[in-house]
Amino acid sequence: MKRNRTWGQIYLVIVFVILYMPIFYLMYYSFNSGGTMHHFQRFTFEWYKEVFHDPRLLIIVINTLVIALLSATISTILGVAGALSIYYVKRRRAKNLLLTFNNVLIVSPDVIIGASFLILFTIAGIKLGFISVLLSHIAFSVPIVVLMVLPKLQEMSPTLMDAAHDLGANQWQVLTRVILPFITPGIFAGFFMALTYSLDDFAVTFFVTGNGFSTLSVEIYSRARQGISLSINALSTLLFLFTILLIVGYYVISQKGGRLYGEGGRR
Amino acid sequence: MLCTWGRWMMAAMRHNVRNLYLIPYVLWIALFVAAPILLIVYYSFFDIEGKWTIANYEKFFTPIYLKMALNSFWYAFLITLFSLLIAYPTAYFLTKTKHKQLWLLLIILPTWVNLLLKAYAFLGIFGTFGLANAILEMLGIGKKQILFTDFSFVFVSVYIFIPFMVLPIFNALEELNPSLVDAARDLGASAWTTFRRVVFPLTLDGVKAGCQAVFIPSLSLFMITRLIAGNRVITLGTAVEEHFLVTQDWGMGATIAVFLMIAMAVIIGLTGNRK
Repeated sequence: MKRNRTWGQIYLVIVFVILYMPIFYLMYYSFNSGGTMHHFQRFTFEWYKEVFHDPRLLIIVINTLVIALLSATISTILGVAGALSIYYVKRRRAKNLLLTFNNVLIVSPDVIIGASFLILFTIAGIKLGFISVLLSHIAFSVPIVVLMVLPKLQEMSPTLMDAAHDLGANQWQVLTRVILPFITPGIFAGFFMALTYSLDDFAVTFFVTGNGFSTLSVEIYSRARQGISLSINALSTLLFLFTILLIVGYYVISQKGGRLYGEGGRR
Repeated sequence: MLCTWGRWMMAAMRHNVRNLYLIPYVLWIALFVAAPILLIVYYSFFDIEGKWTIANYEKFFTPIYLKMALNSFWYAFLITLFSLLIAYPTAYFLTKTKHKQLWLLLIILPTWVNLLLKAYAFLGIFGTFGLANAILEMLGIGKKQILFTDFSFVFVSVYIFIPFMVLPIFNALEELNPSLVDAARDLGASAWTTFRRVVFPLTLDGVKAGCQAVFIPSLSLFMITRLIAGNRVITLGTAVEEHFLVTQDWGMGATIAVFLMIAMAVIIGLTGNRK
């Protein structure tokens, strides 16, 4: 039994090494003055300088962040409305129908989402670019927010709302004073997931981005197709650090959010 | 369909103010879920000049496209199988570690690194002078062409999908009541029999969910085929991308997309039936 456990640990270590090796491989060579992803010559910050002195790339980074923040905010609002509507629909069949429609975009392959949105935007006469990318990011983030918020709503005891109504609260007050505070952790989780989905998306964006507009993933793809350039490595190192910061930030916020809610409850 | 939605919304509004929430959400469903699907089906009946035709479907059933479809299914099957073979023991041993949640977080963390960057990293690792070849040389096997082969394509895809397979299996294993395993062992079952007759059947839902999460996206991968397999592997996803963005033959692209959607529905039907 004990020997089994050590074998298990060795297996896990191997899996973890393989999982992280490419990421650290990228980071390691981002400091290589040689310009290739083999044979490390000298330590250099050259590629980082190149990233920061490339105005086109900086504009793309800003585009990506603006799209991510805007789409996450709007899809969180829509997703909360969606979760509330699914929660309020009483008939079982209607509820299941809504949930099925909700999950279509989650299980659909990116290529199909991208292709169908491309047709949609072309027919609707929306110019491919910022607006089309933003709309599609909102569209595929909504169902994730719904799935994050819905369990929180179902956790909530309906007597809470009944009590609020009995005490004379109107619909709006019940929503802002009772429901929203209770589901705040779910909303945060949904927002965060929407943010990461938007930052991470390549395939859908690739279809609807058009010519003038680009996000980081699309830019990385077009650069990587031309071969290896260590400024991509530098960029990916920065992105990885940013991701870790986001995750830490998310944990701090969710911890704090929990505490704030706790205090509110006591008051 | 839209008509039903309309009636629904009216009924909802008469029914209760609460259902005001339905309006933006149902609008979203109509615009971004229902409409795109209908549009894909609609476009699959047009040829490149915009004439109504069923030639696209006839074309799909010619050997070229059937072979491509078969190829995609074969690769998706391989990717799913290898992910499962690697992920199940990983999930199993994870449940046995002390700081489970921390380890699980470490498994999930790489999924937050952009998929393209991971594929790009393998361009370096599998390159002629990369890490993989250096190791092969050290072992005395010598340099090999790794990049732009079927092997590299399957390896990178499995690498990318492992976390998505580990997660549902881990959850299923966590829900498993440990006393069931103890009972089996007490009744004289060997470790292997216990696993085969008790643990695996009880975690089958997790395995199904994992296979679904891996198989469907791997059917339609396209950037990995382009970057890593160097256009050697053409999957249905690559074909859709090519028809829509390169040759501009949207009708044919839409037809392939229709078949992908049907395949998706079948797979969900087979692996679904979760509560």
